[in-house]
Amino acid sequence: MAIEVHGVSKRFGDFVALDDVSLTVPDGSLTALLGPSGGGKSTLLRVIAGLEVADSGDVRIGGESMGDVPARKRGVGLVFQHYAAFKHMTVRDNVGFGLRIRRRPKPEVTARVDELLALVHLHGLADRYPSQLSGGQRQRMALARALAVEPRVLLLDEPFGALDARVRAELREWLRRLHEEVHVTTIFVTHDQEEAMEVAEQIAVINEGRLEQVGRPSDLYESPANPFVMGFVGPVNRIGESWVRPHDVELLLDRREGTTEALVDRVVRLGFEVRVTLTLADGTALSAQLTRAEVEELELEPGQIVHVRPHRSTVFSPA
Amino acid sequence: MRADASRLGLRTVALGYLALLLVAPVGLVFYRTFEHGLAPAWNSVTTPEAQHAFWLTIVMVAIAVPANTLFGIGFALLLERTRIRGKAILNALVDLPFAISPVVVGLALILVWGRDGWFGGLHWQVIFSTPGMVLATIFVSLPFVVREVAPVLREIGTDQEEAATTLGASPWQTFWRVTLPAIRWGVAYGVILTTARALGEFGAVSVVSGKLAGETQTLTLHVEDRFQAFDLTGAYAAAVVLALLALSVILSMTLLDRRRKDA
Amino acid sequence: MSPPADSAALQLPGRASRGPRTSAGLAAPAGALAVAWLSLIVLIPLAAVVARSLDGGTGAFWHAVTAPEARAALKLTVLVSLAVTAINIATGTLIAWVLVRDEFRGKRIVNALIDLPFALPTIVAGLTLLALYGPKGPLGISVAYAWTGVVLALLFVTLPFVVRSVQPVLIELDRDMEDAAASLGANRFTTFRRIVLPNLVPAITAGAGLAFARALGEFGSVVLISGNVPFKTEVASVYIFGRIESDAIGSAAAVSVVLLVFSLVLLAGVSALASRWSRYAR
Repeated sequence: MAIEVHGVSKRFGDFVALDDVSLTVPDGSLTALLGPSGGGKSTLLRVIAGLEVADSGDVRIGGESMGDVPARKRGVGLVFQHYAAFKHMTVRDNVGFGLRIRRRPKPEVTARVDELLALVHLHGLADRYPSQLSGGQRQRMALARALAVEPRVLLLDEPFGALDARVRAELREWLRRLHEEVHVTTIFVTHDQEEAMEVAEQIAVINEGRLEQVGRPSDLYESPANPFVMGFVGPVNRIGESWVRPHDVELLLDRREGTTEALVDRVVRLGFEVRVTLTLADGTALSAQLTRAEVEELELEPGQIVHVRPHRSTVFSPA
Repeated sequence: MRADASRLGLRTVALGYLALLLVAPVGLVFYRTFEHGLAPAWNSVTTPEAQHAFWLTIVMVAIAVPANTLFGIGFALLLERTRIRGKAILNALVDLPFAISPVVVGLALILVWGRDGWFGGLHWQVIFSTPGMVLATIFVSLPFVVREVAPVLREIGTDQEEAATTLGASPWQTFWRVTLPAIRWGVAYGVILTTARALGEFGAVSVVSGKLAGETQTLTLHVEDRFQAFDLTGAYAAAVVLALLALSVILSMTLLDRRRKDA
Repeated sequence: MSPPADSAALQLPGRASRGPRTSAGLAAPAGALAVAWLSLIVLIPLAAVVARSLDGGTGAFWHAVTAPEARAALKLTVLVSLAVTAINIATGTLIAWVLVRDEFRGKRIVNALIDLPFALPTIVAGLTLLALYGPKGPLGISVAYAWTGVVLALLFVTLPFVVRSVQPVLIELDRDMEDAAASLGANRFTTFRRIVLPNLVPAITAGAGLAFARALGEFGSVVLISGNVPFKTEVASVYIFGRIESDAIGSAAAVSVVLLVFSLVLLAGVSALASRWSRYAR
């Protein structure tokens, strides 16, 4: 089901959490809400789920306005950053909760729970309690619990935020594959641009309660709408009025057309990738991303003077 | 080593203080009760007055504890799950019974429910009768469940309840299936504290009871009555019954504490 | 498992006050009932005491609380409560320290025993103290019918407050701080006085405040051991009790209000201090 958000605003006292946000999430897509913490993306998710009432605006799921529909009747599956596991229930009872609330016959509940536990690879752990599971297992249980009631849309609020880096990477990959299998319209909130780029088909960047840009990951990276988006989806340098990605900074040993002089401050070798920090004549700091081969050819050393020029830069018209 | 000597010294002072203040007096009453065997003690606690006092105490507990448990859970939900104004004031008001002398509690009830009281025109015998004693017991044991449940509600947060809601649970289902199981040890602890206070209340009940032996005497009042009648055996025996109840309260608190920490 | 630091910042504006709480459907009516119950049981009766104390005007109020016997009772109450609080600050801190930092057999039992004064009915507490320290006690010493008896009874019932308030703080206290002080050459006493004690002051104050409020109003444990001699061992609660028995309700109400104001001012002061200190904590 498609999700449409029209002109949603929400304040908490003096704090503006959402400022006239409109967004369409196509049916069956996997969309990321990306932005810094406190920027409003979780609030938007909670408004869609019905856990928060917007001050103005409308949310539609599958074309139907959710204005008067309480959270429990919206058919959304919600997954929380800290799992929200029912601690006093086994994994099986957690996953079957929504079905039991709907008074489905017992054999049906058992069968469906088994199916879902297999889907999230927890079939051996059905009788454990959440406290006996790892963080990643708890989050998969939470996902199975949300999917059990066959939600019309699936909402994930920083689902991997509390997990360590390795488990995060695993679960990202797994979420992508799961989405291909289940194909339910999915929105997930993250403040990690790499996570959003890697998992999502569409990214909506939200900052200070406003929607900055919506698009495919490559669109956002290649043609960001403003400096904020450009800076948020990847590292960026500012030279005068233009913005340059570190990998678009070219270093030369001799002066050529369009080059500027710069002093090499530091050369950090990270294996294949080498990061070079430089200072321009006017004092602007600049970082460049080069390959090992390039650096070896230039024989870069701190204290050296080089000539830089951007391959490619972006100039934003003043807003 | 000197350090160990000072540690031992502090330990001796602390334990000595506890022994002289708590253990020796309570121990002596146990000894006095049973020094002539079980029979005299048994006879004193099975007089009709003593039995009646025991049952009346049970009635107090049986009414005050459920009432304050329901109140406590409701009030804790109000403090932790709503967005009303003036929560700080409500939070302070609920602690009032801890700050008030039991005698003042009794006086307050007389002024409201007594013959010339604010609600005296209702022609309902409250003061010098069981209802007044029940009200006094409820008053003094009111805050315990709130104080135990509110912090637990705050700690578990709202995620689990929100998860239940998005899974289709109604507020009532969410409460019974998610919130209540999550706060159960806090509720249990509060119930134990409420029970202990309800069993043991003396001052407030004393003021509103009229102290009619065999009618409006709880166990604590019975202890005083026996003491004033120079029936030390009777006073000690009833005191031992109450002390045993207190010890079982402490035992359950200790056991529950471990459950709470595991949970 | 602690949330990442950035999500804590995220929660500040939103989580403190957010949308339709899932149990709000229940919390609102349940809360309304609870407030009505609180009013009926506690607030209306207390209002009645205040109203009754002013029935005869402020003159009558003043007359009632300055009557010689009332003044003597209030003075004794405040003095013994102060003494008991001071003793509790020392012994309570000591006991808490021993329970947290010392190891000995039976510590768990001693720890459980601290709650005995909370669980034991006050009249039983008074009776047991009288059995040991009364005229017929086996020790041959008697504190009955003297102000020392009142102090003893109050020490019994207020024992847990300072201990239970200091104990958790002492458990949480970072021992690295003490090790650091020791490594800088401080001896054990200096370490305690300069490092541990300042960290315990808020907890000690909170416990002492509760103990003081409890002592001000205590009745059951005092009534047997004090003998209730006017001008000598009669505390305020016993005086009020006597006034009620003699049907001098107005004067009972007036002294009750004084007692009430004392303990409310005290507790408000303690909680104001606590909220000020909590800003520096951690």
